[in-house]
Amino acid sequence: MTTLRAGTVWGRPEADTPVQATCEVLARRRNGPYWTLAFAAREIAERARPGQFVQIAVRGQSTLLRRPFSIANVSRQGPGGGTVEVVFDAHGPGTEWLAGLGAHDVIDVVGPLGTSFPLPQRKVNALLVGGGYGTAPLFYLAEELTKKGLRVDMIVGAATGERILGAIEAKRLSASVTFTTDDGSYGTQGRVTDALDEVVGSTRTGVVYACGPNPMLNALSARCVELGLPIQVAVEERMACGIGVCFTCVLPIRGRDERVRMQRSCIDGPVFNGAKIAWDVSRYDLGASPPVDQLTSERVASGSDDDVSGTP
Amino acid sequence: MSADVRRITAEELRATGQGGIPEDEIDLTVELAGIQLDNPIASASGCFASGAEMDRFYDVTELGAIVVKSITREPRGGLPTPRMSETPAGMLNAIGLQNPGVAYWTANDLPWLRERGASVIASIAGRTVEDYRHVARALREADPAGTIVGLEVNLSCPNVEDRGLVFACSPTDSAEVIAAVAEEAEVPVLGKLTSDVTDIVAVAGAVVDAGAQGLTLINTLLGMAIDPETGKPELYNTYGGLSGPAIRPVAVRNVHQVHRALPEVPILGCGGARSVTDVIQFLRAGASAVSVGTSTFVDPFVGQRLIAELRTWLAERGIGSVRELIGATGSWTD
Repeated sequence: MTTLRAGTVWGRPEADTPVQATCEVLARRRNGPYWTLAFAAREIAERARPGQFVQIAVRGQSTLLRRPFSIANVSRQGPGGGTVEVVFDAHGPGTEWLAGLGAHDVIDVVGPLGTSFPLPQRKVNALLVGGGYGTAPLFYLAEELTKKGLRVDMIVGAATGERILGAIEAKRLSASVTFTTDDGSYGTQGRVTDALDEVVGSTRTGVVYACGPNPMLNALSARCVELGLPIQVAVEERMACGIGVCFTCVLPIRGRDERVRMQRSCIDGPVFNGAKIAWDVSRYDLGASPPVDQLTSERVASGSDDDVSGTP
Repeated sequence: MSADVRRITAEELRATGQGGIPEDEIDLTVELAGIQLDNPIASASGCFASGAEMDRFYDVTELGAIVVKSITREPRGGLPTPRMSETPAGMLNAIGLQNPGVAYWTANDLPWLRERGASVIASIAGRTVEDYRHVARALREADPAGTIVGLEVNLSCPNVEDRGLVFACSPTDSAEVIAAVAEEAEVPVLGKLTSDVTDIVAVAGAVVDAGAQGLTLINTLLGMAIDPETGKPELYNTYGGLSGPAIRPVAVRNVHQVHRALPEVPILGCGGARSVTDVIQFLRAGASAVSVGTSTFVDPFVGQRLIAELRTWLAERGIGSVRELIGATGSWTD
């Protein structure tokens, strides 16, 4: 492997396209049980919107594929003219390699990729719900919503208090924050969904944004539908390419015509209307699935199902 | 918009070579089964969609050809997830040929490719011989402008009329499909074969005799990975296709073997190419052009980069035309 030099960027000039860039690591720091990695990436910082992700090349033993990370923070100033932060859990050879990096190391990054959280067109109160390190992209979103003058409340959950991501940042960025843990070691004992009704009622929530494990997003979406609340979720799916060509990271999405289509979470997502994900078409339980042939992969016109956009 | 976002150029990659010739004098054009290509670098089917996704990164018409994701008669939703599992220097996939079907493809993807002026090799797949025939006919009828310069017949599909046996594993089943497609096609037909057979030369011969003008070698290798804790297969489909640099030596061997046995048959080499020297190996083994697949997942710009690096590689060595390399292998007994 040759040593990378920072500062090379490949890509088109249009702001809505992703680039590939070699980026200098500015800091790698512990964030509870997680790691935060900050790197200089002006073009990615300029183009990124909340909810989007980057693909980072890793050099674990004989690993091949890049690893996807949602963008946790962006600064359009600072070293190199812009920085990007990601948060990750070191749980495999790729992320362990990343956890071993330090300042001045150089990484190869592709991004920004995927869809972003649609911001409300009207003045509504936004509730941001995060589970585990899935809370990461919500910090960037909270900043953007606050800049628009909107009230932001948060529910942040995890298995244990230790695994709550960014408790201080959550408090700083939101009007109110409710913590939940499965074991009750921090905040209220229970799931984020257990806290939902009360927070929605007390903060007069108009739109919900969420990121976390799929079962959490499923439960949350179901309850939001019952409450008549629009919900946008950023999903975490196993990916190979991250750029829309391998069809690995698909999710069943229900279209306006009620037909279910397998859509790519890397390019049609990762942000989806939570009410449109066909959670019942379980990917593990064939018995509950329609025969594969009844699913269709016909693409829907971009944005045609984007009917949430904070219009309660 | 930052001014220093720029395209990769040959100059950037140029090393300080001696005894070379100028890069702008290098001839990268090749002929593949009667198809004229500006250069020998193509995408691999199933790794490039229909090009528009990759065109966000660079002008995909720079490629010698765009081999698109396999098109079937009917829309296919594909298999449930998990569809992918990473392996050492490679990956297993079982996507299930998710695609919008030929009617949608010709109405939506083909016009974009035509407007862009791409050279398209359309990959076609099916469950029955008639499925393949239908797709070949539909593509011909939808493309009077001739954007599709060739058909690649994905024979690695279960044949529902022959106990689900994969077409490519049977010389007679493969020949039947090729004959049906060749009847409909007005462009050269490439049969894409699997290495998972006892004698690939026998299948290659049958496919050529049935009317294929060339071959694509090879498709993925069938593999499996198991979660050690749960005992479950890593893929929903249990088995999947292994791709990536891990399979490159197998692909090069297959190209070499078929080229030695059938030296007149043009070959599109495919399997794990990532670097310029990988491309050279395929060409020397006997391929006229090389499809780049899984490497695109890791390096979105790999196709564009390989064209530039190939030019540099040839220039540094004073080789005027890439065609000089095709089939140019040495031997330990020379």
